[in-house]
Amino acid sequence: MNFMASKQPENSLLSPESDSQRTLYPYVTGTSVVALKYKDGILMAADMGGSYGSTLRYKSVERMKPIGKHSLLGASGEISDFQEILRYLDELILYDNMWDDGNSLGPKEVHNYLTRVMYNRRNKFNPLWNSLVLGGVKNGQKYLGTVSMIGVNFEDNHVATGFGNHLARPILRQEWHENLSFEDGVRLLEKCMRVLLYRDRSAVNKLQIAKITEEGVTISQPYSLKTYWEFSAFENPAQGAIGSW
Amino acid sequence: MDLEMNLNASHSMGTTIIGVTYNGGVVLGADSRTSTGMYVANRASDKITQLTDNVYVCRSGSAADSQIVSDYIRYFLHQHTIQLGQSATSKVAANLIRLLSYNNKNMLETGLIVGGWDKYEGGKIYAIPLGGTLIEQPFAIGGSGSSYLYGFFDQAWKEGMTKDEAEQFVVKAVSLAIARDGASGGVVRTVIINSEGVTRNFYPSDKLQLWHEELEPQNSLLDLLNSSSPEPMNI
Repeated sequence: MNFMASKQPENSLLSPESDSQRTLYPYVTGTSVVALKYKDGILMAADMGGSYGSTLRYKSVERMKPIGKHSLLGASGEISDFQEILRYLDELILYDNMWDDGNSLGPKEVHNYLTRVMYNRRNKFNPLWNSLVLGGVKNGQKYLGTVSMIGVNFEDNHVATGFGNHLARPILRQEWHENLSFEDGVRLLEKCMRVLLYRDRSAVNKLQIAKITEEGVTISQPYSLKTYWEFSAFENPAQGAIGSW
Repeated sequence: MDLEMNLNASHSMGTTIIGVTYNGGVVLGADSRTSTGMYVANRASDKITQLTDNVYVCRSGSAADSQIVSDYIRYFLHQHTIQLGQSATSKVAANLIRLLSYNNKNMLETGLIVGGWDKYEGGKIYAIPLGGTLIEQPFAIGGSGSSYLYGFFDQAWKEGMTKDEAEQFVVKAVSLAIARDGASGGVVRTVIINSEGVTRNFYPSDKLQLWHEELEPQNSLLDLLNSSSPEPMNI
């Protein structure tokens, strides 16, 4: 199974200038993904924005997808690279199914595969410009891991990408605990997503929350969060110092 | 790799700012987002700043540059009012800003829209973009969010609106820009200036109309799941 098949030049005698394409900078990007372990499995949240520089160009992009029977992948960064990763994983799962031996790749294995792909691409100076979150449950074991575009990978009880690391992780460090109920987990993720909505320029108010348990994956319908602006200090902030903000 | 937020980036008001004239005065409008790189440093800033009782300015670009320019002009206008013996006109305010912007064009990065009412000329809007050009217009738009509004104004702007029509128009425009410009956001602030005085208004995001692909805000996903039990989460 050669994951580089699609990228190899036809004639390997060609000079090195026949560069395969490389992502030098991202074009259409997704922002943070936040995920946590709870009693029955993993909960993951991501908004549905695809930004084009500072323009909020696409507002219905699904950045979380189920992988096989046991895993859920969320991605931030370049959307086209995420779609390419989904193609690689599709092939991986297909070959796994073709063994027809009753065994199936679990989240830990998928995470390891992704780590190898990301790290190898980084070594060729042709990265897949994404930060990935991989969560899943297999045989009662919960797994939640992350891989960055340079191949840094680790697992934890809660993970986030991009701005989520700065804004959501501190909230999770305070409020996460073992055996969260589904309701508490959702509320905790929504608290994180609301802060991101206030403070991340590329956030969009339309999100999905996904859950994965032993039974399988469910991704919610898209919905929006209420925001709070009614602080008295917001109404006339420059009152004490005209010309300030 | 975007794990680094540039927390030392200068404060820039990405912004959407608007000024329109109507049949009795002017309406100024702005969003409320001030960003430091990709971080929203202030989600409720006030970008419409008072210069005199009857002249206000909408600020965009560098937060520091626009503040210092408006501070100087407020100071000059105060002296001017004393020497003149009556309120300054919006034309004088605009020209003073032009002088500072033009003569310091290599150092400043701020685009301003001046709006005011005086007894000689009524309601007037002056745009002073980067470089220090002064241009009097029936309406003006500025800031990064304005890119998304040129088509809207071309199609929907009309001369001689009433006060309420003009204000609703400004709120709609800022709200449309906020929907598409990552550098604009927060609340919509408006300032109406006419012969009777000045009125400030405040429209939080959740009170604004929903645009394409935007959904009605909810308290939580749990409310949606509990209310629509026949149709739970789908793949």
